[in-house]
Amino acid sequence: MIRLEGIVKTFHPGSPDAHTVFQGLNLEVGEGEFVTVIGSNGAGKSTLLNLISGKIFADAGRVFINGRDMTKLPEYRRAQYVGRIFQDPLAGTAATMTVEDNLMIAAKKGFRGLRISLNKKQRETFRNHLAHLDMGLEDRMKDNVGLLSGGQRQALTLLMMVLSRPPLILLDEHTAALDPRNAERVMDLTRIFVGDYGFTTLMVTHNMAHAIRYGSRLLMMDRGRIVLDVGGEEKAGLTVEGLVKRFSELGATASDALLLTRGGEV
Amino acid sequence: MIEGIFVEGLIYGIMALGVFFTFRILNFPDLTVDGSFPLGAAVMAACITSGAGIFWGLTLALVSGWLAGAVTAEIHNRLRVPHLLAGILTMTMLYSINIRIMGNRANLPLVRQETLLTQVTQAFPGLDPAWVLLGFFIVLVLGIKVLLDLFFLTDMGLVFGALGNNEQMVLAAGVNPATYKVIGVGISNALVAFSGALAAQYQGFSDVNLGLGMVVFGLAAVMIGEFLIPSNRIWVLTLRVVLGAILYKAILYFGRYYGYAIHMTPSDLKLISGLLIIFALVLTRRGKKGRGGLFS
Repeated sequence: MIRLEGIVKTFHPGSPDAHTVFQGLNLEVGEGEFVTVIGSNGAGKSTLLNLISGKIFADAGRVFINGRDMTKLPEYRRAQYVGRIFQDPLAGTAATMTVEDNLMIAAKKGFRGLRISLNKKQRETFRNHLAHLDMGLEDRMKDNVGLLSGGQRQALTLLMMVLSRPPLILLDEHTAALDPRNAERVMDLTRIFVGDYGFTTLMVTHNMAHAIRYGSRLLMMDRGRIVLDVGGEEKAGLTVEGLVKRFSELGATASDALLLTRGGEV
Repeated sequence: MIEGIFVEGLIYGIMALGVFFTFRILNFPDLTVDGSFPLGAAVMAACITSGAGIFWGLTLALVSGWLAGAVTAEIHNRLRVPHLLAGILTMTMLYSINIRIMGNRANLPLVRQETLLTQVTQAFPGLDPAWVLLGFFIVLVLGIKVLLDLFFLTDMGLVFGALGNNEQMVLAAGVNPATYKVIGVGISNALVAFSGALAAQYQGFSDVNLGLGMVVFGLAAVMIGEFLIPSNRIWVLTLRVVLGAILYKAILYFGRYYGYAIHMTPSDLKLISGLLIIFALVLTRRGKKGRGGLFS
């Protein structure tokens, strides 16, 4: 599904700020896998997602998605295959447009013409989808998205991503900015959608408990390398304490203390 | 006289709709307008005086306006130049082009020529020409307004709304923002040039300086409209732009003809325009804390 071969990425090359994130990263993710990614700040988690989505391009190496070489494909072209949610609940929606307009924009991918697709039937479909979110959005389809809470907006963003059924979804700490209750709800919805549609999923999280509880495979990253890659029963046997111990064995980079407290919360 | 204000307001209202599209929907402050308005006028005048006719004049005005907008969008897209600078570049180049179009002249009179307006008034011989024109322009501008409203309901129109809001969302929808900017800024300037083509026929001449202060006019119309009617429905948004243009024309008219009472000269009108926009900005900003925006 995803295959990264020999990815090299340096930010600000040739300047005093030059910073090499990846020096030949390889990663293969199979069809339908749900991979959780953890790692300290600066480990390269977001850069990894940016490289896959096409937000940034690698200096060397290749990116295959769905068996196609997409190394040079711009972000909007890869969007046919890749859905993405950011940590910021405001990032995925248009605040000054209505809920139904937002859904309509996300429902298809690619160039669109002069048809008016937002009709009664389409609204009914959207209403059903919104009702499943259980966020009270089905009665607010004509409200501007800017009026919704962070949790509602992120749930809407999730639905918008799901509507177009991209084979691959990238979740970049998508519950980190929400309050605990909404975070749980959005996480629940994520699990349900992934189960229902069988998306191949890459989820970056700072929440170790989530990383263990969800998904079929766990990656731990440190300074641009994948230092732990477990799946199946070995993953099921992981504990938060065990992961934290592994972290400290790595030589304790940056925000391990933060991770400890975060892990302990849930 | 009052019908003259309305007719001019309606003609400039089409231009204001173009400004509304870029400034409010696309969030692409576009200064090409000062050049594409006289471009439409020049193309129209050249077509009429050369005998190509009114139909071709209007069609080519639309096409040339679209091209002018597309050039601005392409400069912005490809060279990563800020919106404002891209618009200024195109506007500056258009000054020379407009003079070329008018046969190396700074202006082109249209008196005694058959224009769209003379055709319309001749179609209703028994009636007062001024009121015939008013009726004609009301129908024409309403038609353009309704087409624009419908356009914003289409799949493509919705993407324009999102583009001015959140470009990341447009990328996620698999749409290339650069392409849509070319289309959108093009449509905006096509409207502006069309308005210029009508203005030239109404005034009876085309002049290379016709576009001076046009962006400010458009912005003033948009803001006066926003001040008049707060709303979030697209058909109200476009309607109030046209109403704003008419009201602004009226303000300018009264300033020009009665301003002497307070020792105002026509050259003070630009200062008044600027102050009016600042005033409208202050008022709308105070009015819409937290809410407001594109479709709200």
